[in-house]
Amino acid sequence: MPAMTLYDAIGAALVEEMRHDPRVLVFGEGVATKRHDLVQEFGALRVRNTPLAEGIIAGTAVGAAGTGLRPVIDLLFAPFLCYAMDELVNSAGKLRFMSGGQFSFPLVTLAMTGAGWGVGAQHNHNVEAWFVHSPGLKVVMPSNPADAKGLLKAAIRDDNPVLFFLDIGLLYQPGEVPAGEHIVPLGQAAVLREGNDVTLVSYGKTVHGCLAAAETLAAQGIAAEVIDLRSLKPLDEAAILASVTRTGRLVVVHEANRLCGIGAEIAALVAEKAFARLKAPIVRLGGPDAPVAASYPLEQAFVPQAAAIATAAATLCQRQAT
Amino acid sequence: MTPAPHEIDPRHLLEQMLLIRAYEEAIVAGSAAGKVPGTCTSVGQEAAAVGVVNALSGDDLILTNHRSAGHLLARGANPGRLLAEVMGRRDGYCGGRSGSLHISVKELGVVLTSTIVGAELSLAPGVALSQTMLGKPGIVVCFLGDGAACEGSFHESLNLAALWNLPILYVCENNHWQAFVHRREAMSREHVATWAQSYGIPASTVDGNDVSAVLTAATAAAAQVRASRRPYLLETWTYRTRGHFEPDDQGYVDPAERDAWLARDPIALCRDRLVAAGSLDAAGATALAARAADHIAGALAFAEASPYPAPDALTDNVYA
Repeated sequence: MPAMTLYDAIGAALVEEMRHDPRVLVFGEGVATKRHDLVQEFGALRVRNTPLAEGIIAGTAVGAAGTGLRPVIDLLFAPFLCYAMDELVNSAGKLRFMSGGQFSFPLVTLAMTGAGWGVGAQHNHNVEAWFVHSPGLKVVMPSNPADAKGLLKAAIRDDNPVLFFLDIGLLYQPGEVPAGEHIVPLGQAAVLREGNDVTLVSYGKTVHGCLAAAETLAAQGIAAEVIDLRSLKPLDEAAILASVTRTGRLVVVHEANRLCGIGAEIAALVAEKAFARLKAPIVRLGGPDAPVAASYPLEQAFVPQAAAIATAAATLCQRQAT
Repeated sequence: MTPAPHEIDPRHLLEQMLLIRAYEEAIVAGSAAGKVPGTCTSVGQEAAAVGVVNALSGDDLILTNHRSAGHLLARGANPGRLLAEVMGRRDGYCGGRSGSLHISVKELGVVLTSTIVGAELSLAPGVALSQTMLGKPGIVVCFLGDGAACEGSFHESLNLAALWNLPILYVCENNHWQAFVHRREAMSREHVATWAQSYGIPASTVDGNDVSAVLTAATAAAAQVRASRRPYLLETWTYRTRGHFEPDDQGYVDPAERDAWLARDPIALCRDRLVAAGSLDAAGATALAARAADHIAGALAFAEASPYPAPDALTDNVYA
């Protein structure tokens, strides 16, 4: 398998899907400037730069998707989605339902977020939960290049609007990526490490913190299971419940603010459907209710790190022992 | 082929305007009686809708807004199915999920109606991009009001349409009212057409209460968009004679201004012209109005007989 960065895996998925379906086109701020290979192969009509105006980029994508095209748009940084909220939430997410099913909106919105570049709170804000809370939208956030390629191919082929979040901290990390038709279905979590003592559920860069924590825990004799959600909506409830039913302990970890984040939903899900199997209270690790600072140490401190994850999990397991 | 304006029987335009008026009056009466939800009516703006829609061809696509009854009825929508939609019934065009505010009718080319003021502007370039990239001949007509022209999406949309050579006929129904605010309080310029011209988009303003003038102007504008595959903005200068929605006491409206527009009622204007030309007599005019009223009475009966959607269909069509 060739090794490539997550950024290049996105490019590979775009090339394959544009070859696969002539209705796929990609546009956004600097798309044609940065992905020149796409312009070379598919021409300036299917790979377009746009004005720096997120609302009209997203609105144009919604209009195009509703009438026969399959656009992918790049809105750069996740906080810029605020300029496109009406188009994404009120139009893309609702007009299928409101029209009684007359239209569908196959479109993908790419946006970067997360710690790594010290870009500050108006470029780094993990807003994915907003879109999970909005009906009609699907939301994904891969943790590695292979999933990025497979999820993007699935997202482009999906007939619904998909918000596709890219973790800045993972963007240039290399990983092995299967060539050709590698598709990761939306709504399917991955069990990255098996274990019977505690379940660590995460997505994006904190998946790697969970994997590192699982190593630390293994040295202490604790077998942690690590689940990478990959899709936040649809959420793979079965994978979460199957694991927690077995381990009886759950730590949910994400970089996004803890308050009303994805972790709150997962904790509620487990409390509602697997309460009797829990051996200890559920723990959520996430960012504080604060904007992210640009300063490197503060930016890193926002993100739950491996040591904190290991400590939280070990504490849960000790709790059972006493 | 789109017929030339002189090939359209003006009595047909009058009939359509009468049907729209009867439809809106049925809703006003039904809403006063508590039987129909209140809506944003297009009373007073019938000529602006009928003149433009009759200038279009069957493969053109229309984006409209919350004040859409005129566009839909002129395009041939079934008033019974429209009323069923307004009343939240199963036989509505959107199965009762839209209500009056967001009715789309794909089979008539009325696509992606949003009631977020200005959203029609943000969606229009993408619809035109589809038409262009999929090699379809139709142009895109985007109906907006002067209120939507004050949204940022107006300026973003026009800039992109000009930049990307998109075949969009923007039709701004300048009805003088942005919800409860007069356009004078909200716009830095008198005319929306002026703004369009600053994006290099040809634009003109027409008397929106004169259906023949609107038809002529819209036919020329649509032909220009069709031939150039570039945008055009037509401003129809008209007036919202009822309130923002029903009920609305219009206590905020200058009665002298409203009276002046009521004296230029588009239906009376068209009818009197036809009578003066000898194409219609008083009895004929009365018969046309009676026929429209009968049509709407039948439509209302159809809508009232239509069942409500079943509660278990609450989440149908959220996802494809």
